[in-house]
Amino acid sequence: MFKFLFDRDTWQEVFDSFSKNKLRSILTMVGVWWGILLLIGLLGSAKGLENSFNRLFGSFATNSVFVWGQSTSKPFKGFQEGRQVRLSLTDAKKVEKNVEGIEFLVPRNQNQAIVVRNFLSSSFSINGDYPLLDQVQKKKLIHGRFINQNDIDDNKKVVVISEDAYKQLFEKDEMPIGEYIEINKINFKVVGMFENGNVNMGPTSDMHIPFTTFQQIYNQGDRIGWMMITGKPEYDIKQIEEDAKLLLKNLNKIHPKDTRAFGSFNLGKEFAKITGFLTGMQFLTWFVGIATLIAGVFAIGNILLITVKERTKEIGVRRALGATPFEIKRQIVVEAVFLTIVAGIFGIITGGWILILLDHFFGQGEDAAIVNASVSIGVVFIALVILVVLGTLIGLIPAFKATSIKPIEALREE
Amino acid sequence: MLKIHQLHKSYPIGDSSLHVLKGIDLNVEEGEMVAIMGSSGSGKSTLLNIIGMLDEADSGEYILDELPIKNLTEKKAAVYRNKFLGFIFQSFNLINYKNALENVALPLYYQGLKRKERQEKAMYHLGKVGLADWAKHLPKELSGGQKQRVAIARALAANPKLLLADEPTGALDTKTSYDIMAFIQQLNDEGKTILMVTHEEDIANMCKRIVRLKDGVIMEDVKVTQVRAEQYV
Repeated sequence: MFKFLFDRDTWQEVFDSFSKNKLRSILTMVGVWWGILLLIGLLGSAKGLENSFNRLFGSFATNSVFVWGQSTSKPFKGFQEGRQVRLSLTDAKKVEKNVEGIEFLVPRNQNQAIVVRNFLSSSFSINGDYPLLDQVQKKKLIHGRFINQNDIDDNKKVVVISEDAYKQLFEKDEMPIGEYIEINKINFKVVGMFENGNVNMGPTSDMHIPFTTFQQIYNQGDRIGWMMITGKPEYDIKQIEEDAKLLLKNLNKIHPKDTRAFGSFNLGKEFAKITGFLTGMQFLTWFVGIATLIAGVFAIGNILLITVKERTKEIGVRRALGATPFEIKRQIVVEAVFLTIVAGIFGIITGGWILILLDHFFGQGEDAAIVNASVSIGVVFIALVILVVLGTLIGLIPAFKATSIKPIEALREE
Repeated sequence: MLKIHQLHKSYPIGDSSLHVLKGIDLNVEEGEMVAIMGSSGSGKSTLLNIIGMLDEADSGEYILDELPIKNLTEKKAAVYRNKFLGFIFQSFNLINYKNALENVALPLYYQGLKRKERQEKAMYHLGKVGLADWAKHLPKELSGGQKQRVAIARALAANPKLLLADEPTGALDTKTSYDIMAFIQQLNDEGKTILMVTHEEDIANMCKRIVRLKDGVIMEDVKVTQVRAEQYV
């Protein structure tokens, strides 16, 4: 059945009819070439944007939600409305234990404080944190380490500072590790320094001290500022947020329908908007690319139809000489597929060049808008399969047209 | 080898129909050379097309070499044409982007012969029509007479039982016409059965038998003494 594909004569015929109409064939192929070019170029760029977003959010556990206490808006169980709600460590532990799908739960505290070192001083936000924070909000440490369990257990007076804080409190090229800074008139030893992230999600954090130390110096007791919950990948973060809030309302004697008692910021939801945008863009790319492809393939079909009309007589002669209708059809379909594939391969190659150019101009450096713009082999393969299928289908139209004319009529045509 | 009995054919023209062939009876033996004559509209081309399986009769019998030709599918017709018939056209009908050799080899391609075998056979037949040196030339580089020779070589390539010629000299000047006729006579001498449509008396007289058609019926069917074309060349 497919023996003819390896027959020199089949290709001789294709080549003959191609070289006979060079200009027309090339013009025809432009349509398909353009379609594939668009498809590859746009898909690659979309991928590049996605990569750059991923790099931006890379240090963040994106399926996270922050929950903090506000004031109630409904009276409940004898309590007046307008009661201040403060979360506690006990709450946090209960949420972690009872809500399904939680990977990490990090209780956090924050306060503003004047920090003094020698003659330099400035106001910073001081966070009381557990080592776990490093898991959900990866800190890129330039020097030293993050807070560890020892610091927590012994209420150590150590601090991890941000690059910004370092710049304000230290001289250039000074080594911060081991130095002391004064927070609320208490000396803290600097044990680490981290790089400022690209994106700040949640409150800015300049300095981190052990959670227990924070409790002690600010007399916090059991209370916490807010909790950061990270869901397991297979769980829906929105559901986790709802479950956690409901449990917290129960624990704090708050009306279940009270929507203002707890504030929250769902990072997963925000992130989903961006990924949704990217998915939409990819869909649009496929849509535009394939629509252009179809238009291009139709152009090929159209040209072949004209060609067939011009070759009516030739086809009549061939049939008089003993060509079966199937052989005629097969030849025309092979020509159509050949044209589409050649155009498609050119499109893939030039599309690749465009991605290389994009990478060259926009893909370099730390904060590039497009990172590693590329398409996978799978996409290229799918595009080729689409081309072959469309080429075959569209080739059938002129093929049937060619054999619908009786050889006698074809021969009579002058 | 060719038997036709009560062949009818009509073409629809608008609401009415034109009765072109009104009961043709014709027998052609092997080795005959028959000229079918008639004015335009007499049905001579239609008859040739039916014999050539390019067209189908409405009713009547057509038997070619003991094989009834009836209700053929397109595919079957193609195979029969390839196997039994060689066509020579007035306007040569060579494929203009193929050289002489490739044109001659075309029927062999549809017979499914190997490339090498095709080339050899085609070259042999080109040699027979005296154009071996022109094998690589495109039709546009050939004269009218040469083109018709290539077309004859092509018709012969598949070694058909019957050669059908539709005004083979219609597009040629007198001298070249006689040249071509001399060659066709030679083929007939070698035993080929030949059927040709013409409206030129001198060409018809170079055949062995003349069938005259008028308004779809055979008016006259006579054996004639063949005028040899060589004497004019």
